[in-house]
Amino acid sequence: MNYFDHSIEELHELLVNKEITATQLVESTYENIEATDKKINAFITLNKEEALKRAQAVDEKGIDTDNLMSGIPIAIKDNILTTGIKTTAASKMLENFVPVYDATVVEKLHQDGAISVGKLNMDEFAMGSSSETSYFGNVHNPWNLDRVPGGSSGGSAASVAAGEIVAALGTDTGGSVRQPAAFNGVFGIKPTYGRISRWGVIAFSSSLDQVGVLSKRVKDAAAVLTSISGEDSKDDTSAAVEVPDFVKNINPDMKGKKIAVPKEFMGEGVNDQIIEVIKSALQEFEKMGATVETISLPHVKNAVPTYFILASSEASSNLQRFDGIRYGFRAQDVKNLEDVYVKSRSEGFGDEVKRRLMLGTFALSSGYYDVYFKKAAQIRTLIIQEMAKVFEEYDYIMGPSTPTTAFKIGDKIDDPVTMYMNDMLTIPANMSGAPAASIPAGMIDGMPVGLQIIANNFDDQGVFDAALAFEQATKFYEKQPAMKGEN
Amino acid sequence: MIDKEQIRHIATLAKFEFSDEEFDGFATKFQETLDMGDKLQDIDTTGVEPTTNLATRTTVFREDTPETDQTREQLLSNVPESDGRLIKVPSILDTEGDN
Repeated sequence: MNYFDHSIEELHELLVNKEITATQLVESTYENIEATDKKINAFITLNKEEALKRAQAVDEKGIDTDNLMSGIPIAIKDNILTTGIKTTAASKMLENFVPVYDATVVEKLHQDGAISVGKLNMDEFAMGSSSETSYFGNVHNPWNLDRVPGGSSGGSAASVAAGEIVAALGTDTGGSVRQPAAFNGVFGIKPTYGRISRWGVIAFSSSLDQVGVLSKRVKDAAAVLTSISGEDSKDDTSAAVEVPDFVKNINPDMKGKKIAVPKEFMGEGVNDQIIEVIKSALQEFEKMGATVETISLPHVKNAVPTYFILASSEASSNLQRFDGIRYGFRAQDVKNLEDVYVKSRSEGFGDEVKRRLMLGTFALSSGYYDVYFKKAAQIRTLIIQEMAKVFEEYDYIMGPSTPTTAFKIGDKIDDPVTMYMNDMLTIPANMSGAPAASIPAGMIDGMPVGLQIIANNFDDQGVFDAALAFEQATKFYEKQPAMKGEN
Repeated sequence: MIDKEQIRHIATLAKFEFSDEEFDGFATKFQETLDMGDKLQDIDTTGVEPTTNLATRTTVFREDTPETDQTREQLLSNVPESDGRLIKVPSILDTEGDN
């Protein structure tokens, strides 16, 4: 099956009309992956045997005509637990870890008849913006194999962009769905914090982490989000908010919508050509009847350091569980129990993870807590307040998803601070919990540019509405990546 | 600005060890990351409440009904070293490699 030509709605119709079976769909997905993944390295693990069994069961039971996900293959980022299928978070620490339960999102997809085909490569423990920190080798950008796919959900974005799969799950703590979506010319949404249960998602920063969806078409992500959303008794941060059918309710009418564009998103630190692409994207919205006004979010310029202190602090606590005792990597050649902890962690984690856990440990340590952690948590409040104020008057905040297009592999990996600046435009939505998406808006020198669409908390539908309106105006999904480069 | 001794101390708290050659490169980059955080110190946050979570609910109750979850075998299936039904760990005291 050629995923460049078919949306989930179209695949659903083929399945319902018995023009194709779920088994055939799964088999052709593996053919896609076998044909292209040597070039992009998007997958860490494939579970063909199990997926074919699941497909056969769906075929025997018959496609659920009322459920778009029935019989649809999907791929899962490797920090989301899958029963019996290795889940590594792209770390040596979990190289051989085989979960004994499914994440709620995986359980929900399977209940709806979707078929998970494999686990996607990423930055180690979702810490990174280039998918270069993976223990299993870096991922390549299908538009130019010499370039990074972004991160941390780089495998998810690259696999969708390369046409290996129709939709993939990612996670987004500071932009890890939207930044790779922008770099790979696909749609990616981080829904509202609390919209989706995080049960079974390997924790990085619990006040920021959210599961997201990447797909070529807007409605495809809407279908997946409808399936995986909802309150969960296993995750107290999941919100008791009704889940609409995001596909049925989608309404691309932009007449009278008010769009705010922060001047901080269109100035210093953002590539000039990107600003031009975004300006013409915003003109499309004006043509559709929306109004576009420049506003200011002054505290957004502090978002990157604020994020790194908060996310690293939470990570330093969350990742203490990796001690080499109950699961995960255990170092050999140890003298005592303390040695097990220290050597297992030192040998099991990569440099970027260590750097962040150290930063977090420091920010939470006695004497520094007020100066770093508390200060950052206060600035987070200021960012939340200024965003909330904008949404009192406007329906959307829009701007670029990233300050540059995809950079060359190896270019920034040795300079953490420059790498961190990649997330400057995506972090604010994580700070406030707002739903936010990146949608392809054009190209610069053969590399895709993403438009970011942010709405008020729990207005995930609004994000889909604006994204669909833009997709219908631009039809970016018709473009196919070149899959060329040195690598 | 913190010195290398302090960075060594943080490594101990975070349960990491570095060889001498690894440490220098690591410390420099760590220092740069931290400098970024120092930029926040000039921002006036007097009277601003910190935000440490975004949860929309506080305490959630459910019926206390028994449920079947993982078996002991499943729960022990990822243990690096076990002895029957027990998780095996080295002694707390130094054993000079004689485990």
